[in-house]
Amino acid sequence: MSAFPHRHLLGIETLTAADLTTILDLGERFLEIATRPIKKVPTLRGKTVINLFLEPSTRTRTSFEIAAKRLSADAINISGAASSTVKGETLLDTARNLDAMSPDVVVIRHSQAGAAQMLAGRVSAGVVNAGDGAHEHPTQALLDCSTIRAHKGKLSGLEVAICGDITHSRVARSNIFALSKLGARVRVAGPRTLLPRGLEAMGATVHDRLEPALEGVDVVMMLRIQKERMGTGLFPNTREYSRYFGLNDRRLALANPDAIVMHPGPINRGVELEPSVADGPRAVILDQVARGVAIRMAVLYLLAGGEAGES
Amino acid sequence: MDFCLRGGRVIDPVRKLDLTADVLVKDGVVARIGAGIAAGVDGSVRVLDVSGCWVMPGLIDLHTHLREPGQEYKEDIATGTRAAAAGGFTAVCAMPNTTPPNDTRAVTELMVRRAAEVGVVRVYPIGAISKGLQGESLAEMGELREAGCVAVSDDGHPVMNSELLRRALEYARTFRLPLVQHCEDLTLSAGGAMNEGVASTRAGIRAQPAAAESSMVARDIELCALTGARYHVAHVSSAESVRLVREAKRRGLPVSCEVTPHHLMLTDDACAHYDTATKCNPPLRTAGDIEALREGLRDGTIDAIATDHAPHSVLEKDVEFEQAAFGMTGLETAVPLMLELVREGTLTPATFVARLSSSPAALFALPGGTLSDGTPADITVIDPEAAWTCERSAFVSRSHNSPFIGRAMRGRPALTLVAGRIAFSEERFRG
Repeated sequence: MSAFPHRHLLGIETLTAADLTTILDLGERFLEIATRPIKKVPTLRGKTVINLFLEPSTRTRTSFEIAAKRLSADAINISGAASSTVKGETLLDTARNLDAMSPDVVVIRHSQAGAAQMLAGRVSAGVVNAGDGAHEHPTQALLDCSTIRAHKGKLSGLEVAICGDITHSRVARSNIFALSKLGARVRVAGPRTLLPRGLEAMGATVHDRLEPALEGVDVVMMLRIQKERMGTGLFPNTREYSRYFGLNDRRLALANPDAIVMHPGPINRGVELEPSVADGPRAVILDQVARGVAIRMAVLYLLAGGEAGES
Repeated sequence: MDFCLRGGRVIDPVRKLDLTADVLVKDGVVARIGAGIAAGVDGSVRVLDVSGCWVMPGLIDLHTHLREPGQEYKEDIATGTRAAAAGGFTAVCAMPNTTPPNDTRAVTELMVRRAAEVGVVRVYPIGAISKGLQGESLAEMGELREAGCVAVSDDGHPVMNSELLRRALEYARTFRLPLVQHCEDLTLSAGGAMNEGVASTRAGIRAQPAAAESSMVARDIELCALTGARYHVAHVSSAESVRLVREAKRRGLPVSCEVTPHHLMLTDDACAHYDTATKCNPPLRTAGDIEALREGLRDGTIDAIATDHAPHSVLEKDVEFEQAAFGMTGLETAVPLMLELVREGTLTPATFVARLSSSPAALFALPGGTLSDGTPADITVIDPEAAWTCERSAFVSRSHNSPFIGRAMRGRPALTLVAGRIAFSEERFRG
């Protein structure tokens, strides 16, 4: 039996700590491929991966594409503008058509929560959720965990602060689930307008100011302020947001001296992160990106039929 | 054909009846209730053995969407009234958010005429409060009343403008029309596809707080006090709304409310798997809200159980959760679901009948709601023990958007008589 007993990766919530560790360990092994002169292995030769990105994305889509190609899978990219959804085709019809082409894995990014789950119920391929609305973004959480583990040597017992727009963040949800399952303690912080109800029930400690959330933490994970949501009254303007909820050197000093700073990107420089922090020695943001490829290779490998022990 | 229903448990809260007896139906009216009637009837009367069943005044649904005119691919008056009869309802009040909306005499007359032509249960149209359900100017309530409307509502479209609602209450009162409000402050609920809480946070679905409902209930109660008009809260769903209605009744205000079976049975956790059949408005709330709703049913704060039968086709439902239409079908699952509440003690058999028949009749001043001698024989017979599984293929409604498909049920309608004619019957009563 496979060490990863799931056909799809739809979210972190339904996975066990063992599932997460399987992916993290495998990702660790795939990391090395990026350092080779020829960054390609034949592992998924003959397999087809469709990247169905119905919402704008550059880094995640590219990351999945590189991951598939490094494993020698045939990667097909479909973006929102190029898909038939703009002609009024429903997700269900898209799913049926994709299924008829027999892909092995479909990676989907969609603006609606639950879209990946809906697709998974309709296609025979493995489905990877690359972000569904404000629900989950499991590979981001996995690459974040991989980055933390690499820098801290462990996840269990760490204090992690996730700061910013929690309400609209699929990254925050997936990370709360993943970090909690792996033994870290999660604090979330942001203005009350960006903190949804029920975070405590998910296992996080909730703060409405950054300072208490940052005290003594090992990891600071800043989230992007979604400028497109400005004007809906969730906070007055980016100037005030930056003043009270941005991460600067003074606030970062509240964290442990060896705390690392993370961000899923893209960064609004000067808003949620001061440039001195974003480009400072404690930022591991580019390491996150590098590990993203390896984690996605691991996920594609497991869902396309590989087993954890045979890579 | 005359009937004698033999040996059922006859329950009529208006007449304070709960006894095993025969019910004689002659010339379309209830002729007599008593012991041993069946033994004395002649061959012109068909005797139906309903022993083990409950016999009650026909159920009346205050809140049904028949979708005709305009959206007949979801439901029409023929299929909707057949679904009602299969669900044990002898009368339905049809909401006005049709296409075009029922905001003029012409639309009401069309519905009344179609109901006479193809309907198998009684159809009472509800007219619009405002023209086009736009919440801007009053609909012609006098003419709507004359044409057959029994209440007014902009259901699905709350009246946001307080001044317009005040005038609507005053004007509706002029014509003795209860005003039915879909309570939802749109500025608070905007974009929300489910209840705001732990479940929505986990699912990442945009949500609406329960306060979107209760804050409008609070405002409306003050306007009810100001105008003295009959005011009815549609599909109440939150604990706070129940508390507000209870308090309003204590103040002696002419306020009433209804609750749907689904809000009594399902929490917002049902939405966790993005099953669009669970998406409704008001949304499914929390276990605490359900407890308050059931307490409201017990203590009489909630006057009626109404289905908010909202048929939708796969075009509206087989899509992403946030894009899906609100609403679920309800006519055919109401009886078994509410029998669950009887079995667990929330409702007695008499309050079951009161909330589904007598009270709805009284609230909208409709005929029926009792089995008094000489009243039209609108009668529902329920087999309270029949075990069955709710299956998609068994729905009479044209649509199948029910979250209860697959649920094991106990109890179902066995026979529905409208004016003494069989509108629905189990196999055993056919022929």
